Amino acid sequence: MFETISNALENVFSGFRKKGKLTEKNIKEGMRDIRMALLEADVSYKVARSFVKSCTEKAVGQEVIKSIQPTQQIVKIVHDELINLMGEADTTLPAKDGSRPGVIMLLGLQGSGKTTTAGKLAHLARRKGRKPMLVAADVQRPAGVKQLQLLGEQIDVPVFTEDFTPPRICKMAVKFAQKEGCDLVILDTAGRLHIDEALMGELEEIANKVKPDQRLLVANAMTGQDAIQSADEFNRKLGIDGVILTMLDGDARGGAALSIRAVTGKPIKFVGVGEKIDNLEEFHPDRLAGRILGMGDVVSLVEKAQETVDKEKAIEFQKKIQKATFTLDDMLEQFQQLKRMGPLSDLLGKIPGIGNMIGDEEIDESEFARVEAIIQSMTIEERLHPEIIDGRRRLRISSGSGTDVQEVNALLKDFKQMKKMIKKGAKGKGGGFPAGLPLR
Amino acid sequence: MKLFRAFKSTAEGVRRGLAKTHDRIARGLGKALSIRRRIDEELCEELEEAMIEADIGVQTTMQIVDDIREAWSEGEIDDTAELKEYLKEELKRMLGEADVAIRMADEPPTVILVAGVNGSGKTTSIAKLAKHFRDEGKKVLLAASDTFRAAAVEQLEIWSERLGVDIVKHQTGADPGAVTYDALDAALARQSDVLIVDTAGRLHTKKNLMEELGKIRRVIQRRIPSAPHEVILVLDATTGQNAIKQAQLFNEAIDVTGLFLAKLDGTAKGGIVVAIKNEIDIPVKFIGVGEQPEDIEPFDADKFVEAMIG
Repeated sequence: MFETISNALENVFSGFRKKGKLTEKNIKEGMRDIRMALLEADVSYKVARSFVKSCTEKAVGQEVIKSIQPTQQIVKIVHDELINLMGEADTTLPAKDGSRPGVIMLLGLQGSGKTTTAGKLAHLARRKGRKPMLVAADVQRPAGVKQLQLLGEQIDVPVFTEDFTPPRICKMAVKFAQKEGCDLVILDTAGRLHIDEALMGELEEIANKVKPDQRLLVANAMTGQDAIQSADEFNRKLGIDGVILTMLDGDARGGAALSIRAVTGKPIKFVGVGEKIDNLEEFHPDRLAGRILGMGDVVSLVEKAQETVDKEKAIEFQKKIQKATFTLDDMLEQFQQLKRMGPLSDLLGKIPGIGNMIGDEEIDESEFARVEAIIQSMTIEERLHPEIIDGRRRLRISSGSGTDVQEVNALLKDFKQMKKMIKKGAKGKGGGFPAGLPLR
Repeated sequence: MKLFRAFKSTAEGVRRGLAKTHDRIARGLGKALSIRRRIDEELCEELEEAMIEADIGVQTTMQIVDDIREAWSEGEIDDTAELKEYLKEELKRMLGEADVAIRMADEPPTVILVAGVNGSGKTTSIAKLAKHFRDEGKKVLLAASDTFRAAAVEQLEIWSERLGVDIVKHQTGADPGAVTYDALDAALARQSDVLIVDTAGRLHTKKNLMEELGKIRRVIQRRIPSAPHEVILVLDATTGQNAIKQAQLFNEAIDVTGLFLAKLDGTAKGGIVVAIKNEIDIPVKFIGVGEQPEDIEPFDADKFVEAMIG
C-alpha cells in the first residue's frame, strides 16, 4: 500500500505544513496510516493497536502541533517508541559457571532456521574466544543430525551425537563438554509445533534435566500474525530468555519481532542475515525499527554521512548542482566521499527503496573502481569539458585506465544524462537534485 | 469405494488441518457473526481484525471490508447471517475455481519442479507428493537438486528409502542443473511416470540464486520441451505479508503453476493464499496438514472458506 511510512505521512500532513497547524484529529489520521504500515509489516493486530494508541497519546501530549515539520516529528516519536518497545540489545552468551559450561538451548518451529543458527552461533562464540560444542538433539528430522555434523566440520567445532532420547543426549552432552574443556554448549532441538503437547513435553524434559542458562527462541522474520501465538506458547511452556530472528536478509519487514517482543518481553539478541556461517549479527533495535516502518536505516545513514562529508565541500557542490556546472571532477570527488563511508553495498542497503532491490552479491564495487580509473586517466581539460573527448582521446583514456573504450563511452553517456537531469532539477525546483549514482 | 474413501479422507484432513484455523477465526468471526445482530461499524472493525489475524493481508482485508460496508449502506445486507453468506461468497470468488488437478504429461514423465524459501518445508512436501503419486500406482523418481544445504541430499535420500521410490543424486556442492539433467535422463530411461525435482531453499530477493532456479527450469525444458508440467511453490502457512512478494518473484523466475501450502496444522491460518490468488492469480494445489507423508490434501476452496468462517 505504502512504499514507506514517511510517504504515507507526507500525504496526510502535506496540506497542513504551510498552515503550520495540526489538530488532534490530524494526528489520529496520520496514526491510522502508521497502523496500516505496522500491519503490513506483520505486526500483530492487537500489538499494532495498542502501540498506535500509546504513540497518539505521546504525540498529542508533545508540542508536535507547533513544530515546523510534523511529519518528521511524528515519525520520530513512532520510531523512538518502537526502539523503546524493543528494548536494549543484549548479546551476552552464558559464561562458564565453575567447571560447568554455559548452556544455550535453541527452540523454535520447524523451518525457523535452528540448525543453521546453531552453527552460526558456535562460530560467533568461537570468534569471541569461547570453546563451543554443538549438540544434535534433533533426532526427528531425517538427516537433522547429519546437517549439524556437517556444519560442525565446516567451522571445526565438535558436535555431540548419540543414539538416545533427546533429553538424555543433552544431559550427556553437557557432562562430555565439561570433560573436554568446552565452555559453551549449544543444544539444537527438533522443530515442532507449539500446539504439539507431546513434543513440547520433551522440550520441557530437556530444560528440566539440563537447566540451560539461556533458552533462545529462533523465529523467522517472515512470520505473519501467528508469531504472537507461537512465541507466547513457547514462552509460557518453557520460559524463553531471548530471541534470535532469522532470515532478515530477505525483504520481510520483520514486524513479527515486535509482536514477539511485546508478548514475551524478552530481548532479541541476534539476527540472521544470510546463508553464510558468519551471517549472524548482534541485534540493533534502531535498524529494525526503521525497517518495520519502511524507513531503511535513514538515521544512521544521515549520521554517517555527516561524519564524513566535509560541509563546505557539500555547500560548494550544492552550488554547482544549482548552476549545473557539475563536472567529471566533482563526480570523482563524490565517489571518493561515498567510498569513505564504507562498503557501497552496506550504504545502499540503508537507503529506503534501494535496500530491498539489491541482493547482496549484486553490487560490483570494482565497477566504481573502474569509473574512478577512467576519470583519473583524463586530463584536467577533459574532465571540465568532456565534449572535447573524441575517438582518439577515448582510446588513450581507455588504455590509460585499463578499461574498454565501450566503458569510457558508457561513462560519458551516463554523465551527460546525469547533467541533463540535474539541469532539469535545477530549473524546476531551484536545485537540490542529488547526484545520482551511475548505476545501470 | 476408493473414491468415497478418498473424499472422506480429504474432508477429514482439511478439517483436521483447519481445525485450528477454524478455532481461531471462529473466535474472531464467531464472536462477530455468531449472534444475529444488525451490522454496524463496530462489527466491521471486528471483522477487519479477524481477517488480518488470519493473514489475509491488509489490502485484501480492506477491500473486502469496504465492499461489505458498501453492500451494507446500499441495503444489500443487513444482519450477521447475510453478512456471513456475503463474506463466504466473496472469499470463494477471490480463491476462484479450485484448480487442483496436476497437469500430467501426455507422454511420461510428468516433471514437477518444486521451489521455495529456506525452511518453507520443501523436502517434506516433496515426500508427501511422492507418496501421493506412488499410492496412485505411479512410478516416482526424485531429483536431489538441492546440492547446497548441508545434508539436504541425505534428507531426501532417507525419504526415498522410506517411501520406496528412486532418487538421482550427486554430491553436495554439485551443479543443480547437472543433477536435474541426469534425473531427466534417468526418468526417461527408467520410464518413470513422475519426476519431482527438489531445489535448494532460497530467498526470493537473491537475484543470482533466482537466476540459478531459472536455469534449472530451462534445463528441464530443453530436455523435455513440454516440461516442467507443474512448478510448485512451497509456502509456509505461518508466513505473513512477505508471502506475496515470494510468490511474485518466484513466479517471475520460474512461472509458478500452483502453491503447496505447508504446515497448516499449527495455529496459522494461511489466509495469505487469498491475497496471492487475488493479486497474482496463483492457485493453491495442495495443503500439508501434518508431519507424516500421508498428511497431504488437494486444496478445496469451498472447504477452506467454510472452515474459516464456520
